[in-house]
Amino acid sequence: MRPLTEAETRTVFEKLGRYIGENIQLLVDRPDGTYCFRLHRDRVYYLSEKVLKVAASIPRESLVSLGTCFGKFTKTQKFRLSVTALEFLAPYAKYKVWVKPGSEQSFLYGNHVLKSGLGRITENTAQYQGVVVYSMADVPLGFGVAAKSTQECRKVDPMAIVVFHQADVGEYVRNEDALT
Amino acid sequence: MAAVRVEEVLAAAEEQEAEKRRSVTVEKELELEFDLGNLLALDRNPPAAASGLRGAGPRREALLRALARDNTQLLVARLWELPAERAGGAGGPLVARLPDPAFRLPREKPPPRPRPPTRWEQFARLKGIRRRKRTSLVWDEQAKEWRRRWGYRRAGGDPARAWLAEVPEGADPEEDQFARLRREKRERVARNELNRLRNLARAHRAGTAVPAAPLHPTGHQSREELSHVARVARVSTASLGRFQPRLPKEPAEPPSRSGGRKRRFEPLLGNLAAERSRQLELLRDMGKKKPVLDITRAVNKQLRQEEAEAAAAKGKKQSQRGKRGRRQQRVGRKSKKSGGRPQQ
Repeated sequence: MRPLTEAETRTVFEKLGRYIGENIQLLVDRPDGTYCFRLHRDRVYYLSEKVLKVAASIPRESLVSLGTCFGKFTKTQKFRLSVTALEFLAPYAKYKVWVKPGSEQSFLYGNHVLKSGLGRITENTAQYQGVVVYSMADVPLGFGVAAKSTQECRKVDPMAIVVFHQADVGEYVRNEDALT
Repeated sequence: MAAVRVEEVLAAAEEQEAEKRRSVTVEKELELEFDLGNLLALDRNPPAAASGLRGAGPRREALLRALARDNTQLLVARLWELPAERAGGAGGPLVARLPDPAFRLPREKPPPRPRPPTRWEQFARLKGIRRRKRTSLVWDEQAKEWRRRWGYRRAGGDPARAWLAEVPEGADPEEDQFARLRREKRERVARNELNRLRNLARAHRAGTAVPAAPLHPTGHQSREELSHVARVARVSTASLGRFQPRLPKEPAEPPSRSGGRKRRFEPLLGNLAAERSRQLELLRDMGKKKPVLDITRAVNKQLRQEEAEAAAAKGKKQSQRGKRGRRQQRVGRKSKKSGGRPQQ
């Protein structure tokens, strides 16, 4: 376990910034305690100081997970955000997509969101912008990347993909082993 | 009142002058020995017995510092006496011409190890074969004069112009003897070259410094050797390789301050407040770098505006048919004259 280097911090913040923009400040600088990022076995964890102090006394081989896992660094040092970060992305998301009840299930199985399943989308969403996907009852379901900007979404045909799937809460059941 | 002040000022100025002169003149019992070629000054004066050079402490530090200052002053005074000239024309810096160094400095690196003997050298040593000194000229019976052993106008004639090649006893009569001679020569040359390279490789592997070549001369360079030499060449610039252009697919290597040794990280439970402030600063920097004008958003906005205008125009088309038509015509001609729509 170690703190992130500057390059790694930059990578992580850039990725997070694609979804929550400048609200990362609210994650870094919280009024209710000191929270920090730590790297353990290529995974980035977000945890409070108290948890950090306790985790510091566990040997490296026995330590499985600490705090919340935001994602992991791949072999080529790219950062991949995982669904366990959704709890922190959802309240600060800048661009949101609401999915109709009929295609919620499809999204939770890992499929992309089609135009026919699109309920609402934030105005001014650019193409390839990071978005957080909600159900119509404002329950965060996961996040993804907008395949089309809001303008194009209006004109495109119903079978076209509008949001690329990246992570969803169904992974807690499907992909239980891969999450820490 | 004014006179007193003037006197004070003059006294202060004189004292300053004296102080300056004092700092420039140094009194020593024994003269220092100078080797200006090496910028060396040798002080053989024994240190004062009363001084605190023996014991440790701040006094010793101060005394050493004063000693160093004095000796440096003397050396610099000597340097100023050297013949000097302006380098690079009239406005260039004043450069002193140093004499040749007299003091022989010891070797910086250990002397190179001798290279391992080649296979022939080993064999010759084993058999006790010693090198015979050959004469450079040979008596040529045909030309009745002294000719070179090999090379231009060699004794025995030019081998390329040999017009006769006897078929040796046991050889195949159909074989082309000229071709055989040429082939054998080529084989000999190749074998010699191979052996030479093998000797070089053996010497290189044995670790002795092949002089003036960090890289093994021909072929057989290992990938690590090549990348090492490339890295050394890149780093041997004034900015330590930071601004050297890279090849298209060469990965950008960040400079490692430990110089290739183990990476060092921040402590795990270090100052968390400092970490937080560093991260906030990083976020601020990242935010500043983003362009204020987002091209795609601007384009989308423009598109939306145009759509809105088009919708409005369609609505008004019915009411103002005639005027609009003429207005559009005039707009069309204007844009053709100016050569296109102005960019936004």
